[in-house]
Amino acid sequence: MLKYNFDWSIVTSGKYFEWLVSGLKVTLELSVVGIVCAFILGLLIAVLRMSHFRPVRWIATAYLEFFRNTPLLVQIFFWYFGSYKVLPTVVNDWLNSTNFEFAAAAIALTIYTSAFIAEDIRSGILSIPKEQMEAARSAGFSYLRSMQYIILPQAVRITVPPLVNQFLNLAKNSSLAMSIGVMELTYQARQVESYTFKGFEAFTAATVVYLVLSVIITALMDLYNKKVLNPHRA
Amino acid sequence: MEEALNFQVIIDNLTYFMIGRYPNGPLGGLGLTMYLAVVSCVLSFFGGLILGLLSLSRHAIIRHPVNLIINAVRGIPLLMVIFWMYFLLPAMMGKTVPEATTVIMGLTIFTSAYMSQIVRAGIQGIPKGQTEAAISTGLKPWQAMLYIILPQGLRNMIPSFVNQFVSLIKDTSLAFIVGVSELTHVGTQINNRTMAYPTEIFIFIAGVYFVLCFAFTSFSRWLEGRLTWRKSI
Repeated sequence: MLKYNFDWSIVTSGKYFEWLVSGLKVTLELSVVGIVCAFILGLLIAVLRMSHFRPVRWIATAYLEFFRNTPLLVQIFFWYFGSYKVLPTVVNDWLNSTNFEFAAAAIALTIYTSAFIAEDIRSGILSIPKEQMEAARSAGFSYLRSMQYIILPQAVRITVPPLVNQFLNLAKNSSLAMSIGVMELTYQARQVESYTFKGFEAFTAATVVYLVLSVIITALMDLYNKKVLNPHRA
Repeated sequence: MEEALNFQVIIDNLTYFMIGRYPNGPLGGLGLTMYLAVVSCVLSFFGGLILGLLSLSRHAIIRHPVNLIINAVRGIPLLMVIFWMYFLLPAMMGKTVPEATTVIMGLTIFTSAYMSQIVRAGIQGIPKGQTEAAISTGLKPWQAMLYIILPQGLRNMIPSFVNQFVSLIKDTSLAFIVGVSELTHVGTQINNRTMAYPTEIFIFIAGVYFVLCFAFTSFSRWLEGRLTWRKSI
């Protein structure tokens, strides 16, 4: 340890720097694709979970409990290695024609995260007083329209901070995609280590990138809390 | 290609899934998963307690660095923490470190940072009047914390600790990456050996984790309900 020669230049310029940058790009792509799909899916699950029809509610709850209580890594392996037996041929063909590693990781991350997001959205919706729905209904809106125009716009506003949190979790969780060969940031850091034996520099670079990402997003969230959620508080 | 699922492969390898080569060889499979989770959980309970108390210290010189470390660990992926351990531990100890130890250290450091937030919230949830009352009866601040605040706070933290334990069980699957033969690793091994049953194997493994984690999640909800009920009377 004491005789270690630091060589930061390998991670600040040249080929290995480009590897890390391309890794960051893949991490961001996975995170953005994941959060958008997970939000849509999570919203759907949250609405189903509040359905008045009991079987629908059960299915949504089962979905939620199952995907929250199994490791993401196992889910990634399932989609990557095992999904071909249960998916229809059309879907398999389509998946094989794309970048399959990326697709499998994106599907796993989306489904895993959607289960957490669904609960965040649900508690957001439940925090809107019941009278709002009653007022909307008596003003002549249908259930769906009341949701669309009255409840959801308010609920989404207060669900933004937990959603941003989920985005950060997703960005960190996307590191697991390296296990199936997706060349994201952690994968590239490890590649740099095995090519140069400069593990300290490579891992420091990746760690700093993750930290900068989370600091930026946390700062944006604080700003949102101040400007949007509590605009009148000094 | 839709194919019929054949779970015979699970039945054939059931003991290997559950305990690895034990007792003729090292413990593996679900047994090792539980071992990793329990050891890391006990260690990170104390780690989290210490970090949580330090992060509430009256002295800024203690509080700020501790908070910085906690937030830094929370800001990076667990996988990164495990790689750091994998890389740093041998260099610091001057000898090779077993993979299982590496993973336990990684899990402990990572989970301690999250546990410290639970401890912090639990302590802050106890009304300030309690500390003031304790100090005015002649207790020193650390005695007030140890004898008055912590016992009450810890009780309220139990459900969150159980939830954290569930996360730990799930997180032990990352031990796969450094080659520790816990449940997920055993699954990929059997998958590599048999080749034809990945779907069955990963559905089974997911099912095992699910049963385990769901049991603890339900337990934590039950505890939470009981604690709220006790507070309400």
